[in-house]
Amino acid sequence: MASRYSIFSLLKESFRGHRGWAPAWRDPEPQPAYDFIVIGGGGHGLATAYYLAKNHGARKVAVLEKSYIGSGSVGRNTTIVRSNYLMPGNIPFYEHSLKLWEGLEQDINYNAMVSQRGVLNLFHNDSQRDACVRRGNSMHLHGVDGELLDRDDVRKLLPMANFDNARFPIHGGLLQRRGGTVRHDAVAWGYARAADSLGVDIIQNCEVTGIRQDGSGVTGVETTRGFIASRRIGMACAGNTSRVAALAGLRLPIESHLLQAFVSEGLKPIVPCVVTFGAGHFYISQSDKGALVFGGSLDMYNSYASRGNLPLVEEVCEEGVALMPCLSRVRMLRSWGGVMDMSMDGSPIIDRTSVDGLLLNAGWCYGGFKATPASGWCFAHLLATDQTHEVARAYRLDRFASGRLIDENGAGAHPNRH
Amino acid sequence: MRIPCPHCGPRTLDEFTYYGDATVRRPSATGPDAEPAFYDYVYTRANPFGLHRELWFHQGGCHEWLVVERDTRNHDIKGAVPARSVCGSGDAR
Repeated sequence: MASRYSIFSLLKESFRGHRGWAPAWRDPEPQPAYDFIVIGGGGHGLATAYYLAKNHGARKVAVLEKSYIGSGSVGRNTTIVRSNYLMPGNIPFYEHSLKLWEGLEQDINYNAMVSQRGVLNLFHNDSQRDACVRRGNSMHLHGVDGELLDRDDVRKLLPMANFDNARFPIHGGLLQRRGGTVRHDAVAWGYARAADSLGVDIIQNCEVTGIRQDGSGVTGVETTRGFIASRRIGMACAGNTSRVAALAGLRLPIESHLLQAFVSEGLKPIVPCVVTFGAGHFYISQSDKGALVFGGSLDMYNSYASRGNLPLVEEVCEEGVALMPCLSRVRMLRSWGGVMDMSMDGSPIIDRTSVDGLLLNAGWCYGGFKATPASGWCFAHLLATDQTHEVARAYRLDRFASGRLIDENGAGAHPNRH
Repeated sequence: MRIPCPHCGPRTLDEFTYYGDATVRRPSATGPDAEPAFYDYVYTRANPFGLHRELWFHQGGCHEWLVVERDTRNHDIKGAVPARSVCGSGDAR
């Protein structure tokens, strides 16, 4: 590792006017061949490369990124981490992820601003309370923390919420205290720096334009910077998964959809944890700078545009004001859109494909950020050992054909409904 | 984004409901390859980066189902026609 970040290195550089910091990762030329290639320099791809090097001792690993690292969804989300899932196939995976988040900063020697401020899902009627109790019990059965709050408990946490909304009064909530937020860009940068220090080549501005195969499987990738050979290639391409997989002739149970997110001007502390509004689809937290970070549903139509339309902006803001009327006079600072790889059952895929040596990590829908560490951990495990990691056992590509779906929402094969 | 409804003219997006890819066709349930064909029909999608033919329902207008051709890179809409004029009666084509 170039230099270890610590209070001492910070003090030393403070006295030197911060002129001595070295770049956090190298900018290497691609080598002709690697043991492992990871396509996609987002959170999942960088985490995969890091755990390949750290857990499995891989030394010739490349991450290929068509733009700059962190330019995709890892820099375009609402930074929420949690493991408050219902389905047996999902909970162990997301809990593994949350445990990795808890130790991440020490592991990669990078301040990712992991803040376990809690995630509170509100409920507004009896059946939603029943659903929260059921989910909480499911979490407890898997050793995950969860607390059922009544109306007064919620009022202490969130006094500015509208408890007496005529249609959607707040009756209580399901709180996971270990959930929270993580600084998203720092996750990409921290994993990049840690992977680079273990010898991983992070190759930016290198777009994969073809996937070469022979009779025995994959042999390498054509890129805008030339051919790079490898017999173990992992795709971690998020919203662009279908495009990259199509280079190998694969057609996947995935559609790319558009999700917008929003940031307000900075305010005094008003939202102490992540809060989700049960009467619609709205989630909000407050950044350390004081800005409210919030979002809602997908725009609903297929898109790679990274920008959304106004009807959804209006809907999200209406839901925000329904939850907290005081938001009506808050000014919105900026909004952005990201491209989501929506799978047909709303759950991810970490599996082999029909092309030998070409592996798939996709279908993260809009839960990809919280999954970053476990996704990298399990994908590295699959790439290195050819064995599925036990917490990712349910994330098979053939579950759609076999009927073993993991449909948290019970929405059926409509990717925009998950 | 405004969708040029052939009956109502250009209308705002929130009058419409999106259904999805208009190119998939329900396969024959009795064919020899019915199982893989239904897997493809229900689950796999081309998900193109570029022109996409897709179904929209004009819920807030004439209640016509439309096939809209739209560029997924920039939301540029090339045109919209009534679905019945291109999709036929629902037979596999």
